Amino acid sequence: MERMTRKKGKVYSRRAFLKGMGGGAAGAALATGWLGRRVDAAQAASEAAPVYTKKEITFTLNGRSVSLEVEPRETLLQVLREKLKLTGTKKICDRGECGGCTVLLDGNPVYSCLFPAIRADGKTVTTVEGLAEGDALHPVQEAFIEKDAYQCGFCTPGFIMSSVALLQKNRTPSPDEIKAGLSGHICRCGNYVKIYEAVASAASKMRKA
Amino acid sequence: MKSINDDENANLTYLEVARGKEPGGAEPLAAETPVFKIIGRPTPRVDGRLIVTGRAKYTHDIVLKDMLVGKILRSPYASAEIVSLDLSAAKRIPGVLATVQLKEGRVRYEGEQVAAVAALDESTAEEALQAIRVEYKVLPHVVSPEKAVAEGAPQVLDSANVQKFNEYNRGNLEQGFAEAEVILERTYRTAFEIHHPVETHVSIAKWDEDRLTVWDSTQAVFNVRDGLARMLNIPASKIRVIKNYMGGGFGSKLGANEHTAVAAQLARETGRPVKIALSRKDNSLCVGNRPSSMITIKGGAKKDGTLTALQMTNYTSGGVGRGDRCSEPLVDIYKCPNVRVEEYTVFINAGASRPTRAPGHPQGTLAMEGFLDELAAELGLDPLELRRKNYSSKNQGDTGTPYSSKGLDQCYELGAEKIGWSRRNRKPGGGPGKKKRGIGVATQIWWGAGVPGTLADVKIHPDGSVEAVCGTQDIGCGTRTFMAVVVAETLGLEPQDITIKIGDTAYPWAPNSGGSQTAPSVAPAIRDAALKAAERMRALAAKRLDVPAAEIVLAEKKLFAKNNPEKSVSFLELARDLRREAVFHGERGDLPAGFAYNSFGAHFAEVEVDTETGQIKVLKVVAVHEIGRVLNKLTAESQVVGGVTQGLSAGLFEERVIDENSGKMVNPNLQTYKVATAQDVPEIVPIFVDLVDPRINNLGNKGLGEPPRIPSSAAIANAVYNAIGVHVREIPMTPDRVLRALRAKEASS
Repeated sequence: MERMTRKKGKVYSRRAFLKGMGGGAAGAALATGWLGRRVDAAQAASEAAPVYTKKEITFTLNGRSVSLEVEPRETLLQVLREKLKLTGTKKICDRGECGGCTVLLDGNPVYSCLFPAIRADGKTVTTVEGLAEGDALHPVQEAFIEKDAYQCGFCTPGFIMSSVALLQKNRTPSPDEIKAGLSGHICRCGNYVKIYEAVASAASKMRKA
Repeated sequence: MKSINDDENANLTYLEVARGKEPGGAEPLAAETPVFKIIGRPTPRVDGRLIVTGRAKYTHDIVLKDMLVGKILRSPYASAEIVSLDLSAAKRIPGVLATVQLKEGRVRYEGEQVAAVAALDESTAEEALQAIRVEYKVLPHVVSPEKAVAEGAPQVLDSANVQKFNEYNRGNLEQGFAEAEVILERTYRTAFEIHHPVETHVSIAKWDEDRLTVWDSTQAVFNVRDGLARMLNIPASKIRVIKNYMGGGFGSKLGANEHTAVAAQLARETGRPVKIALSRKDNSLCVGNRPSSMITIKGGAKKDGTLTALQMTNYTSGGVGRGDRCSEPLVDIYKCPNVRVEEYTVFINAGASRPTRAPGHPQGTLAMEGFLDELAAELGLDPLELRRKNYSSKNQGDTGTPYSSKGLDQCYELGAEKIGWSRRNRKPGGGPGKKKRGIGVATQIWWGAGVPGTLADVKIHPDGSVEAVCGTQDIGCGTRTFMAVVVAETLGLEPQDITIKIGDTAYPWAPNSGGSQTAPSVAPAIRDAALKAAERMRALAAKRLDVPAAEIVLAEKKLFAKNNPEKSVSFLELARDLRREAVFHGERGDLPAGFAYNSFGAHFAEVEVDTETGQIKVLKVVAVHEIGRVLNKLTAESQVVGGVTQGLSAGLFEERVIDENSGKMVNPNLQTYKVATAQDVPEIVPIFVDLVDPRINNLGNKGLGEPPRIPSSAAIANAVYNAIGVHVREIPMTPDRVLRALRAKEASS
C-alpha cells in the first residue's frame, strides 16, 4: 500500500498538486520530461494555475485504514485505480451502465465510477483484491474458477463483488434472484449461464461451511 | 513438415497418436482412438487465480514510469472539410507536452481522428483537446445504406457509393428455376452491430533509442507489429508488441490501430511513454462494427424439398469500410447444383467495419436458414427434414471438395432430441393463446483449420520446470490452459506444472487470434514441440533404466517401462540429465490437400412470443457443435454459451442507430446500445459431437471461436416464426418489428 501523507492547506497550484502526488508518474515528470521541454518551467511555476479544493478522507480499504487527499470531482474508481494502484476494479463504461467497477461499500455493491471518493470517508471499502485471505480464495472466487464463469475476465471483478454482496444478504438465492442480483452487470463474452452456476455453487458451499 | 504419421515412437497409451495415412493412403487417423488423460476433459484455467483476484494485468492496468496520457480529438461531423486547425492554445496549457495534427482536408465519418495531445494527466489532456480550435466546413452526409444507393446521394468516398465485390456462379440458374415446382423469394435484414469489448482499445508506446515497445490490447501482436512498421516506416525488427491480458476483442482488435501509431508518435516527440485509451464512445464510433446486410434469396425446389436453384443478392454496408461477404452458408452447406450470388458494398458516412466474430456468417445464416424455414412451410415439410434432404458431403453445395470430416448429421440428431423437436408447431403459428411458443433450428458452417507454419517451443530446465512458449494470444478463450493441457498430457505432467509464456512478438510466430484459428494452429505446434521433448526425455530415461526408448511411458510425473512400471525415474530427476535448458521447437504442419476443412453445428431454440406486446422471451437454446477433438471441455463450453448469448443479443437487441439529420450515432454507450444481460439469458445446453478430424493436424481439433456465434440469431428467428406464423426477417427482432410482422400477416390473411 502506498503511503499517504497529509498536506496542510486546501488550495494548490497545479504544480504543487503534481509534486504532492509524490514518487509517481507526475512527480518524476517534473524532474525529467516537463522541465526543459515544451513547457516553460518558470512560467508554469509563476502562474498560479487552476486551484483545487481537496479533502482528506480516511476509510478502511480491504481491512486496512487508508488516509489520503481527494478532489471533490474524483470518483472512487479513479482513486482506487490511479492513486492506490488497485487495478482489479475495472473501468468499462465510466457512466454506471455495466457494473465493471463494482466495489463493496459497507458491504453493499456500488458502481465506483459514479461514486465520489469523498463520500467514502469513514466507510469500509472492499475491492476484488480484498476478498481472499492469504492464499485462501473467497468461495465465490473459487466457484468462478471451477465453473469457468469468465472468459476474458475483465468484467469478472465486478461480477464477483456483486455475487459476494448477494450471498451475504441471501444465503439461498433462487436462479431468478441470482439473475436479478447480477442484472446490473454486462459480460460481453456472454458467460452469464456459467456465472449463475458459479454463484449457485458458491452459495451451496457457503451454506455448508 | 511434421505430420501425424511421424510420431512413430509415440506411446500409444498416453502419448497417443493415431497413425493414419495421408489422403490416398489407407486408414485415417480417427480409426485408432487415442487415450488422453487430460485433453478433452474439463480443466479449470491455469490463470484463474490471477483473474478472480484482480491481479491479471490488462493493458488498461499498466502504468509505466513517466508515462503520459495521450488523447485524440475526433471529428464531430459525419462529413466535413477541415478549413483550419489551431493547436496553439492547447500547447500553452501547462502540463501539455506534445500536440499533433492528424488530419487535413476531408473527414468522412463521426469519430475520425483529427488531432492528438500528450499531457501529464487525463484532465489536462482533456482540457487541451477542448482548447484545440478546428474550423469545419460541414458537407452533406449519408448514413443509411438505403439512401446511399439512391441517385444523387452524397458521395461518401472518391469512388461510387455502391460497388460489387463478390460474384459467384455455378450450374445453370435459369434451368434450376425451370425445374423447380415451388419458387420463393424473401428479403432479410441485419443491423449494424458494435463489438463493444469491455476493455476499450488501449495502447502504450515506449521508445528506447530506436526501439519501440508497445503494450496493446490486441488479438494479434504480430499484426500490430507489422502494421506499425508500415505506418511508422521503421523496420519490424525494431518493434516489440506485448499483450498480456485483454478484455475482449471479437475481431475489433486484429490489426494495428491508428491510435497506436499516434501513441508511438507522441512518445517519440516527448521522449516518454504514452498511453492512449479509447473511451466507450470512441469504441462505438471508430474501431469497427459488424456490417449491415440486406439479403434477398430467391430459391426453387421440388415438392419433395430437393433444392434446384438458389439466387442471392446482398447489399451490405461497412460504413467507409467494406461490407461483409455473407454468401458462404448459402454457397456451401446445402446440396444445390445451380447457384448465383451477387454482393454489393454500400458506403456511408460512418466508421469502417472490422471483422466481427464470424464475419458475414450470422447475416448470411439468418437469411439462408430463414429462407429454408419459409420454404419448408410452403412445401409442408419438416424444416429439419428439408435440411437433411439437401445434406452434402462436399463443399460448394456438394459440387466441390470433400470435407475432411463432417458431423452435422449428428448435430441435428443430438440437438433435435435434446430440445424436443417433435414438440414444435407442425404449422408455424399453430399454437394456442396470446403468448405463443415455437421451436426453431439453424445450421452453422465455418472454417477454422488453423495456420500451417505456426511455431511454438517447449523448454525444459534442468530443475525439471517446463515452459510452453508461443507468440499467440489468450483473448479469453483459454489459450494458456489448452497449451498447458497439451504439454502436460504429452509429458505426463499436470497443467499447473507448465509455465505459459504468450502474447509477445519476442516469442515464436503464431497467427492472430481471430477466425477460430488459435487452437488448431497453436495446439498442434505445441504438441509437436512436446512430442520432441518427450522423445528426448525417453532417450534419457532409456539410458538410466536400461529399457528401449520406445517402451518408455511418460505419466504421473514419471518415466517408466511400459511392461515394468517398477523401473521408473521421476521427470524432475531425469531433467537434471539435460544439464542445461533444452528447447524443443514445434511447428503446425501443412493441411493435407484434397479436402475441405470446416466445422459444423446446429442450434435449436425455443421461444415464447407475446403477440400483444411483441416481446420475445428465449426459453432455451441447445447448441450442438462438431469441432473435431475438444481440447478442454470446460472452456469450450464457455465459448459456446458465450456465442449463443451474443447471437441472442444481436437477434433481439443490438443495433447501432445514427441520426440521419445530424449524421451522429445516438447510442454510443452501453445504456442505449442494448446488449443482453443476466435477465435475458436462458438455459443454454452446449453439446459436442465426439468426432476427431482424421487429418487436419496431429490432434484432430478444429477451431471453436466463431461457430457458436453463427446460428443462434437465426435459430431464434426461426423459433419465433414457428411460434407466430410469420418470419420477422430482420434482426434485432425488437417488439415493434414483431408487431409489424404480425400486422402484415393479419393484413394478408
